[in-house]
Amino acid sequence: MSAAAADIAGQPTTTSGRIVRFLTSWAGRITVFVVCVVWTVPTVGLLVSSFRPADEVRRTGWWTVLGDPDFTLQNYRDVLKSGPSGDMWTAFINSLTITVPAVVIPIAIAAFAAYAFAWMRFPGRQWLFIVVVGLLVVPLHLTLVPLLQAFTSGVDVFGVRVIPDLNLTGKYVSVWLAHTAFGLPLAVYLLYNYIGSLPRDIFEAARIDGADHFTIFWRLVLPLSVPALAAYAIFQFLWVWNDFLVATVFIGTSPDAAPMTVRLAQLVGSRGQDQHLLTAGAFLTMALPLVVFFSLQRYFVRGLLAGSVKG
Amino acid sequence: MAEVVLEHIVKRYPNGFQAITDLNLSIEDGEFLVLVGPSGCGKSTALRMVAGLETITEGVLRIGDRVVNDVPPKDRDIAMVFQNYALYPHMSVFDNIAFALKLAKVPKDEIARRVQEAARVLELSPYLDRKPAQLSGGQRQRVAMGRAIVRQPAAFLMDEPLSNLDAKLRVQMRAEIARIQKNLGVTTLYVTHDQVEAMTMGDRVAVLSAGVLQQVDAPQTLYDRPANIFVGGFIGSPAMNLIESRVVELDGGLGVTIGSRTVRLPDAVLAQRPGLRAHAGQPIVLGIRPEDLEDALLAPAPDDQRLKATVTLVEALGSELVVHLSLDIRTVASGDPDALAAVGLEAAPGQGVMVARFNPRSQVRLADDVEVTVDTERLHFFDAATGQAIWQDATVTV
Repeated sequence: MSAAAADIAGQPTTTSGRIVRFLTSWAGRITVFVVCVVWTVPTVGLLVSSFRPADEVRRTGWWTVLGDPDFTLQNYRDVLKSGPSGDMWTAFINSLTITVPAVVIPIAIAAFAAYAFAWMRFPGRQWLFIVVVGLLVVPLHLTLVPLLQAFTSGVDVFGVRVIPDLNLTGKYVSVWLAHTAFGLPLAVYLLYNYIGSLPRDIFEAARIDGADHFTIFWRLVLPLSVPALAAYAIFQFLWVWNDFLVATVFIGTSPDAAPMTVRLAQLVGSRGQDQHLLTAGAFLTMALPLVVFFSLQRYFVRGLLAGSVKG
Repeated sequence: MAEVVLEHIVKRYPNGFQAITDLNLSIEDGEFLVLVGPSGCGKSTALRMVAGLETITEGVLRIGDRVVNDVPPKDRDIAMVFQNYALYPHMSVFDNIAFALKLAKVPKDEIARRVQEAARVLELSPYLDRKPAQLSGGQRQRVAMGRAIVRQPAAFLMDEPLSNLDAKLRVQMRAEIARIQKNLGVTTLYVTHDQVEAMTMGDRVAVLSAGVLQQVDAPQTLYDRPANIFVGGFIGSPAMNLIESRVVELDGGLGVTIGSRTVRLPDAVLAQRPGLRAHAGQPIVLGIRPEDLEDALLAPAPDDQRLKATVTLVEALGSELVVHLSLDIRTVASGDPDALAAVGLEAAPGQGVMVARFNPRSQVRLADDVEVTVDTERLHFFDAATGQAIWQDATVTV
């Protein structure tokens, strides 16, 4: 706002004012356009290749379609068809089975936690919050081996059994738990910022109206936090959907359970020559994230502003 | 419906700051009591303690016959209207008003009936389906009122409910809130920093300064008989002129000095305030309300009731002239942190400024030297040391 106002008044005085002025100038527009084109060219090439006949993909570059358009859906049929290491359709269902709970569970837990950190008074609150957010710095890779150990044979601390041997390897529960644990610190932090910035008066009014913490959370906090919840849901969805490492470690490569990312990697291994199949597989993998992103992008932008501008 | 009683209430924060000192206040059943004071005087804190949103450090709070010190807000049978309305932004007007009833598990048809009734009283019926964001400021304010009245509580608590409205709407809502309160007869504690609201709305007004209760009285009494310098200076706009003075004996009677001049006090004043005699020869603080000063050309008076002054500012309001006069006086601060210190700045060294309200027929111009008549029957006298008003032989306290 202030930047725009300064722009109208004449020379912008702030850094953001100067940026806004550059972005709205012709030079700025051309720069942005060029960057967009350069960034999307490989993706466009991938998309075009996925629709080209196999022998043409092998012989010529994707840009030759400009002179000689020849498209087919055969690549997609082949990829979706059952092969020796499973088909993409099963992998798609597997990915969904992994992703949906791995998004819902951390959001549910984080929303409760964020409300408690923001609006409930209990001893050690500050300290606990710092610990939770501090977990953000733990690298995921460091935890893989211990986690796998816990999932396969339980955990002993000084000879005392803390976690029993649940034999979770290869089961979806193990990835859900892992993704929930990895996602929670960021989720708590983001939602805490948003929920903490909701106006205090509303909570006080609700308390006088007779609401307890649970009612306040359920009837006020959740509906008012939809933008932040949606923003985090997109983050977590994209991260889990595109995850390869965690899925490989905990689920393995069995065609019945492996998600699309794992399946795609196998495609590279078994049919590294078949670019036409790889491109089609890659596009199938991207399809759902694209749909999710475009349908929820208004929340994404709004949610990222969480805290700075009240929703 | 119940009376609300505060006995020896103290609020002390963990950092040692004492927001409220020994507050004793009794709001009678059905009474509209306004708690007024400058910003930071603790009036909102007092209200929030009654609501249960702040803990009470010391003292006893009673609503009806119950001591409610440790009762949570929802069980105190009170409703509160917040300064910025605190509406639930994602709920319709109907749901906003019905929220408390739903939580109390009131039957559905009963809820509908009571919300409709509240909406009718507040003229909100056409807007029940709208969201708060689609309403004007005045309508939002009425929804906040609706949320309070639908519960039929023992007491209303209002925390500056009009301060977010524009001036015109504020005047309108002022009358409306007072009317609704009278019709419902619900005990009301109303907090404001606006003395006009205090004067026009309250059955009684309690003036608070720095956490200490100064005076509780009917609005007119507060205006006519302020208990101390603070109340004198706070109530009334433009504010009462407070100046350093001295009681002098004048052949049998008494007079007071105003700068280098002395005005004679009528016998009626001495009869009303026998305590003045004990102050003969001593310094006091003299209070003169702006309307008790008049252009001498329009209100002829004997020489010992007139002052000479220079006009430093004239504000013509149509119905009156607000005139700033410079003369050789020393002004006294009332202790109101919101009062404009700028008044003293206009004056030349050794001079002080008094504000007067002249009849609009007055012809005074900027920089004129004028003679001003003082209505000596309506002067206010305060002890220079204690700040208390001088009435009896001993000074009157609250």
